[in-house]
Amino acid sequence: MMNEILNLKNVSLAYQTDTDEIRALDSVSFGVGNGEFVAIIGPSGCGKTSVLSIIAGLLKPSGGKVTLYGEEIKKGKNSIGYMLQKDELFPWRTIEQNAYLPLEVKKIKNETEKRKVDVLLKKYGLWEFRKKFPSQLSGGMRQRAALIRTMASSPDLLLLDEPFSALDYQTRLTVCDDLYDIIKKEKKTTLLVTHDISEALSTADRIVVLSKRPSKVLNIHIIDLDKTVSPLKRREDPRFSRWFERLWRELNHD
Amino acid sequence: MIDKNKISRERLLFLRKKRNSKIFVVFMRLFILCAFFILWEILAQTGVIDSFLSSSPSRIYKTLKSLLVSGELWVHVGTTVYETVIGFLIATVLGTAIALALWWSENFRKIAEPYIIVLNSLPKIALGPIIIVWFGSGVKSIVFMTVIITIIVTIITMQNGFLAADKGKTMLLESMGASKFTIMRKLVLPQSIPTFISCLKINVGMAWIGSIMGEYLTSRQGIGYLIVYGGQVFKLDLVMASTVILCILAGVMYAIVALLEKFLTKH
Repeated sequence: MMNEILNLKNVSLAYQTDTDEIRALDSVSFGVGNGEFVAIIGPSGCGKTSVLSIIAGLLKPSGGKVTLYGEEIKKGKNSIGYMLQKDELFPWRTIEQNAYLPLEVKKIKNETEKRKVDVLLKKYGLWEFRKKFPSQLSGGMRQRAALIRTMASSPDLLLLDEPFSALDYQTRLTVCDDLYDIIKKEKKTTLLVTHDISEALSTADRIVVLSKRPSKVLNIHIIDLDKTVSPLKRREDPRFSRWFERLWRELNHD
Repeated sequence: MIDKNKISRERLLFLRKKRNSKIFVVFMRLFILCAFFILWEILAQTGVIDSFLSSSPSRIYKTLKSLLVSGELWVHVGTTVYETVIGFLIATVLGTAIALALWWSENFRKIAEPYIIVLNSLPKIALGPIIIVWFGSGVKSIVFMTVIITIIVTIITMQNGFLAADKGKTMLLESMGASKFTIMRKLVLPQSIPTFISCLKINVGMAWIGSIMGEYLTSRQGIGYLIVYGGQVFKLDLVMASTVILCILAGVMYAIVALLEKFLTKH
């Protein structure tokens, strides 16, 4: 496998509630290579989002180890960009102020970092909208702005938590193409969580399939679809529907 | 093709209709106000109502004029405005700070909850005698009364506002490694500005209740004092005149807050 930057080894997680202990993850192991696009799929209610929260350092695993570039994850110390379902742009900030947010939070004051964000805004058509507020932009543009914000602090790894699910179907397909294009151009390593099999198939190099709770890794598939074409084009590949069927069965047979 | 410089007939009609309805609303507001005072005056002049008990606009005017000429008006207005504004400011600042502390610490919040509930339900006027004993009869007592009446509502409103901070955005900031202080500064405070403004609006009303109630309890000057005094010596002209002044003052203070709202919510 290509040189791995993220590694999860026997990661388990249990939630404590007043009445019960809920086991969400059971010995989950997988890795993500440099520049790779990996998707995690699983039935709803399985610990998909928990996996991302653990990698982002927001949740502490009950057991196991998560390393990024060989170092264990610590809250706020690692170089990770997390993108959520909704764009979560701050309505009182302009697009550029939103994009600079990670730099502000990480207290990076140096101008060259800011200029890097400007370059992204220019490159991806948001420069002329930089003084506008999120409410003045379309859903697709807002999602693009959210992605640029995610990349603002030049993270080593992007975590995408169902980033298209808040959009309507038509927009979802175009925004998916759009974001995929940006991610590939910027050569970012990406881990995507989704419940949508075709979304995973149209973007990922590899797909990790999780089982119902407590989630285990059922299978890891290397996807042999053409990676040079856009996600929308990939859907036209005859192998696409075969893959879809296979994954569908896997998800519904455990 | 739509010519930008040429407004369509439909649009013109729409704009005209909108403007007309605005004019109508303003006109009706003024009309009701004038009609009320004119009717009051006529009924008093013709003896349908007893102007000894209900006063009349002309008598109110005379009373206001004599208060103004003697210079008394400004003393009373000044006293009450001072008590109200100081009480309002202390309660708003202190209340918001306490609400922020309650947002910060869940334990503090849980511990404080029953106390806040009881203090909220307690009629603050019941504390009147204690306040007078502690702070003496005068401005200090009245400001204190204003503060305790206003502060509880401030704490409750602002705490709810702070706690409603968006979960997704909080998570996003945490994933960037934000400390609780950063989350407060970047998210919780700016997101709570609309709550803060509605809180200010409520507080304007609360502060007036506090200062007038305080003056009812113990005072030698102020609008509340004039009202109580007027009632005791059966000078309804004075009571009515003071009420009119109070209406104007409350309106002005609300307008100032509304102006502040415009300034704060530019974005």
